[in-house]
Amino acid sequence: MTAYLLRRTGQALVVVFGVMVLTFVMIHLVPGSAARASLGTRATAERIALFNAANGLDRPLAAQFVSFVQQAAEGNFGTSYSLHQPVSTLIAQRLPRDGVLLGLSTLLALSVALPMGIFQAVRRGRVADHVLTVVSFVLYSMPDFFFALLLVAVFSVQLHLLPSQAPQAESVAGILADPRALVLPVVTLTLVSVAGFSRYMRSSAIGTLAQEYVQVARSKGLPERLVLRRHVLRNSLLPVVTVLGLSAPTVVAGAVIAESVFNYPGMGLLFFQAATSKDYPVMLGSTLVVGVATVIGSLLADIAYSLLDPRIRYVDA
Amino acid sequence: MAAFVRNRRALVGLGMVAVIAAFCFIGPLLYRTDQVTVRLDLANLPPGTGNPLGTDASGYDVLGRMMAGGRSSLELGFAVALTTTVIGTLYGAVAGYLGGIVDAVMMRVIDTFLAIPGIVLLLIMVSMITPTLWSIVLLLSLLSWLGAARLVRGEVLALRTREFVLAARMMGGTGGRIVLRHLVPNAAGVIIVSGTFTIADSILTLSALSFLGLGLPPPHADWGTMLSAGLNSLYDGYWWLVYPPALILITTVVAFNLIGDAVHDALDVRQQRP
Repeated sequence: MTAYLLRRTGQALVVVFGVMVLTFVMIHLVPGSAARASLGTRATAERIALFNAANGLDRPLAAQFVSFVQQAAEGNFGTSYSLHQPVSTLIAQRLPRDGVLLGLSTLLALSVALPMGIFQAVRRGRVADHVLTVVSFVLYSMPDFFFALLLVAVFSVQLHLLPSQAPQAESVAGILADPRALVLPVVTLTLVSVAGFSRYMRSSAIGTLAQEYVQVARSKGLPERLVLRRHVLRNSLLPVVTVLGLSAPTVVAGAVIAESVFNYPGMGLLFFQAATSKDYPVMLGSTLVVGVATVIGSLLADIAYSLLDPRIRYVDA
Repeated sequence: MAAFVRNRRALVGLGMVAVIAAFCFIGPLLYRTDQVTVRLDLANLPPGTGNPLGTDASGYDVLGRMMAGGRSSLELGFAVALTTTVIGTLYGAVAGYLGGIVDAVMMRVIDTFLAIPGIVLLLIMVSMITPTLWSIVLLLSLLSWLGAARLVRGEVLALRTREFVLAARMMGGTGGRIVLRHLVPNAAGVIIVSGTFTIADSILTLSALSFLGLGLPPPHADWGTMLSAGLNSLYDGYWWLVYPPALILITTVVAFNLIGDAVHDALDVRQQRP
């Protein structure tokens, strides 16, 4: 067990280093245009040279990478070209807001998807199962932005029930103080993940229902409700833990779209605006933060999995 | 194969794909429209005679544009699935067959790419280049082969200790021959599933890129571009610019997901009914 944890953590560290190399290389595939992006197209050659020197962009790539790693370790990602604030400050402001948005929608998605998946597994092949399957297929196959704008069209424009813009407050408390404005962004992200989660839960529960211990539980006279809760739910949850860890990138992708549609001031919107204005330090910093968060997330999921399921032996991982 | 034919879900999916492909590739031969000349005097016409689904903001016939857009979307999806499958299969099979330190290094490379959300990588790369159909195919392939490689590796890991592989090795089969003749064909099921899902995902990702303004440049059309352009004028009441492209886009993605899901279930022995 300890050996497994050590090896898994070692792998995660290697991947974090890989993420650093990857982001660094990508951002530097097209150097120089950062100066243009920041100074404008009419900047003179001297001013561009000055900008590059001031930002260390004229040094060899290897030297730039070393100082990038050193600074990243201190939480210093440089200064945004377009917003003229430290990138770490920008990210620190936005991360808690994403915690609210993604945390709420993931919790909601799980609380819908888990019962739905078990229900479908129990009713497998009946009308209810087919209907829910169709619903989750359509949800899964819809472009996120279309879905978000459809919600706006119905609930904001037609019915005037909910605002079309997400809360604009600075603090987490301020965002939570405006729950009506949170509804549409949270619902968009929830429904997008419900489809995937419930499919997993359904196939996982179908596998569990076929196990002998479920038959034993039934034949010893345990009420079906308890069979489902104690035996089926618990054992079917295991694969979902892994899926949760793996779904982090999908959730982030959804956040980029949802935050652009609802103007939610989170990491997704920050990143999108940075990408359109070629704001390299912001792109670099937020990619790194998201990448490291994903690695930690899947590491935690794997650790949770091995703690929850003593049957697992990681011989060849 | 018999089980596949009996599988209604897969057949429904295949039928839907066939109808949509016929619409996009044979349709333009029967229903000719001008998708090149901008005609502002004909812009935003409601559905009626001459334009069964109306015209868009540039005066293009919407029905004809859906056919042209579908060609881009489908070609892109198939091209990405093809490259992804070839690269992912070979990479995964080699990693799984060789094992040990080579496998560990190859898998960490995949983990690294997977740690960064695809849309983030795409936005960075698309902001650096001018998007064309083929550069987007290349970028999407760069991101989508990872999943295929992982699946195939897992499958090969399970297969490589099986007797027929040992027998092939004992008879003097080289590594390349064992991978190509024995391991890859036996992993065909997972490969087909992942390829089908890749088509669906690529069409969706392209539409997300179009929405963010980083998709195919005009005069190219794809369903995502049409849909996001249409959504801008949803409140002007031009519904024919929104719902037809949305419907065909979603139907296509559903169809490919249906096929992938059905084949996946057919392969999963755990899910077979007694």
